[in-house]
Amino acid sequence: MTNIQSAAVTAEAGGPLVPEGLPTEPQKAKPAWRSLNFGPRMWISLGIIGAVAALAFIGPLFYPYGPDQKVGSLYDSPSAEHILGTENFGYDVLAVLMASARNSLIIGLLAGTIAVLIGVAIGILAGYIGGWVEEALMGFTNIVLAIPSIVILILISISLQSTNVAFLKGVVGLALVIGITAWPWTARAVRAQASSVATREHIDVAKLSGARTPSIMVRDVLPYLASYAVMAWVLQLASAILAESTLSMLGLGPSGANSLGKQLFWALAFQAVATGAWWAFLPPTIVLTMISFGLLYLQSSLDEVFNPRLRRGKKKNLAKAAARREETARKLAEQNQRVEVTA
Amino acid sequence: MGLRRYLANKTIWYLGALVVAVVLNFLLPRLIPGNPVDVLVSKMGQGGLSSEAQQRTYEAFMREFGLDKPIWDQFVLYITGVFHGNFGASFSFYPTPVSSLSAQSVPYTLALQLPAIVLGWIIGNLLGAIAAYKGGGWDKSVFTTALLFNSTPYYCLSIILLYVFAVVLGIFPVGGAYSLGLSPEWSWEFFSDAVSYWWLPFLSLVLINIGGQAVGMRSMAIYELGSDYVNYSRSLGIGDRKMTGYIFRNAMLPQITGLALSIGTMVGGALITELVFSYPGMGTLLFGAISSNDYPVIQAVTLIITVAVLVANYMVEILYGFIDPRIRASKSGEK
Repeated sequence: MTNIQSAAVTAEAGGPLVPEGLPTEPQKAKPAWRSLNFGPRMWISLGIIGAVAALAFIGPLFYPYGPDQKVGSLYDSPSAEHILGTENFGYDVLAVLMASARNSLIIGLLAGTIAVLIGVAIGILAGYIGGWVEEALMGFTNIVLAIPSIVILILISISLQSTNVAFLKGVVGLALVIGITAWPWTARAVRAQASSVATREHIDVAKLSGARTPSIMVRDVLPYLASYAVMAWVLQLASAILAESTLSMLGLGPSGANSLGKQLFWALAFQAVATGAWWAFLPPTIVLTMISFGLLYLQSSLDEVFNPRLRRGKKKNLAKAAARREETARKLAEQNQRVEVTA
Repeated sequence: MGLRRYLANKTIWYLGALVVAVVLNFLLPRLIPGNPVDVLVSKMGQGGLSSEAQQRTYEAFMREFGLDKPIWDQFVLYITGVFHGNFGASFSFYPTPVSSLSAQSVPYTLALQLPAIVLGWIIGNLLGAIAAYKGGGWDKSVFTTALLFNSTPYYCLSIILLYVFAVVLGIFPVGGAYSLGLSPEWSWEFFSDAVSYWWLPFLSLVLINIGGQAVGMRSMAIYELGSDYVNYSRSLGIGDRKMTGYIFRNAMLPQITGLALSIGTMVGGALITELVFSYPGMGTLLFGAISSNDYPVIQAVTLIITVAVLVANYMVEILYGFIDPRIRASKSGEK
């Protein structure tokens, strides 16, 4: 995971994603989803994410082994009975993988949602109210943004490891920690857009009609940011799942629960890569990459749905446009020549 | 005028961030109920130490690390120590000073990350700009590949590269930074040996950085391609070559900010890459420290990472101030 943040910067620098001017009512009852213009990218990414979700939530219903059932010994090779063999403790890899994927997805959903809620709230407050509120909130945001989040995550997780509160050490605690450290870039991007929405005419109309500030923020500003919030949520989901696996691989994963990162942690600890036990480390690696790729791909296709400027024409059209440019250039050149000749 | 104000503004923010980071770094590990020494001594207790000896070790450690003093005094001690490059002694390699442990690992981390960040940024931006400009099949293939690399977590690519190129094909050594029997020194023999160990972790970082930068640059350049000045210049009949130059320069600016923001994430991801390759840098040091509850080392590593990232970001932002003509031109110094 690299450039989740720089993708956010791109979105921020690219100006408001919301269309300028008031949205016009659709003419006739054309179903809403038809105008969404779902490209093949969208379907591919939804397919990948759907496959992982099915593995995580539906798979365990049909798979005969549980993740806490000892069925073999250290790194038994895949067999007809255990499709992906066993891992270092002798558990069935596929069963553990299903449980891990489920926990990782749950952590991602929880943490991503928390991060987006905090980020959107702070961003709208700062962007709409402005003044010293904006200065203070954005100052705080920029400071938190400058400090690498992995460092704060590590420090907080270490503190949590030795608490006696059980739920803080597990899946929920980890999700909380990731969520409350991940919001800053969302807040920054939302602020940029909220302050541009704040200058629109419909806000003046709302103010004149006597709407209160909280109601304006929720009913008149938030809808314009909704498309960005959805995209930010998708990115936050991905980055939360990756943050979880980073922490788990450092040995700070949820205690007493499986996760994709913990699976990799144990595979590395028991030298699975060096001994060639591919079934122990490749499945979690592939599932993590699928989740991350699927979500980022979904984000970029959502970006194209919400943001028509990014939509590239078909190759045919590009070629046509190039031909048209050449044609005009040729005509211009001819004209010039003629001018020269007559002169 | 604008530039000076911009520089002052950035300097103040980064100093603020530095203060917050140092305070967090000091405070968070101390939020633990009890204290690190408890954990350490209770571990020794499992090793069969008598309770009296335990008590003595406990008191010695408390004095040594200044944990018996009020928190404010501890903070002053910590700050003065940090400014003198003194991070105390490691718990698990007692009495080796933390500073010498980290001095051994920093060069490896730098050797991996600096070239990966710089090269990845340059190559990625070029690729992204070309993809945006050419469009069509070129764009599709470059974009999809770049997105695939960009969204692959560092450690996933590391694991796959390690397995394929070191374990299955045997082209590169499996892990570590140099062969057994050699010791780090300034000699050609050591250098060429170390390079063969360096390739795989470097590749897994640089490929992902290239992907990330290419994705960002592509969408910036597409924004630029659709803008009014491009259409206007085209209608004037300005040549493609010249147009690419304009577009590239305008699309570069946000990419510089993007670089500043992504350095932090890169550093975090690279820590795990080191783990996968058991490369003896900061990541491996941190991992060892976490698994043995070696708080002084953890604190030193996190502080060094934070300061390095802050300094890198600060330098990028300063550079940005000099490059972006709008900052020089603006009188008010608004963002």
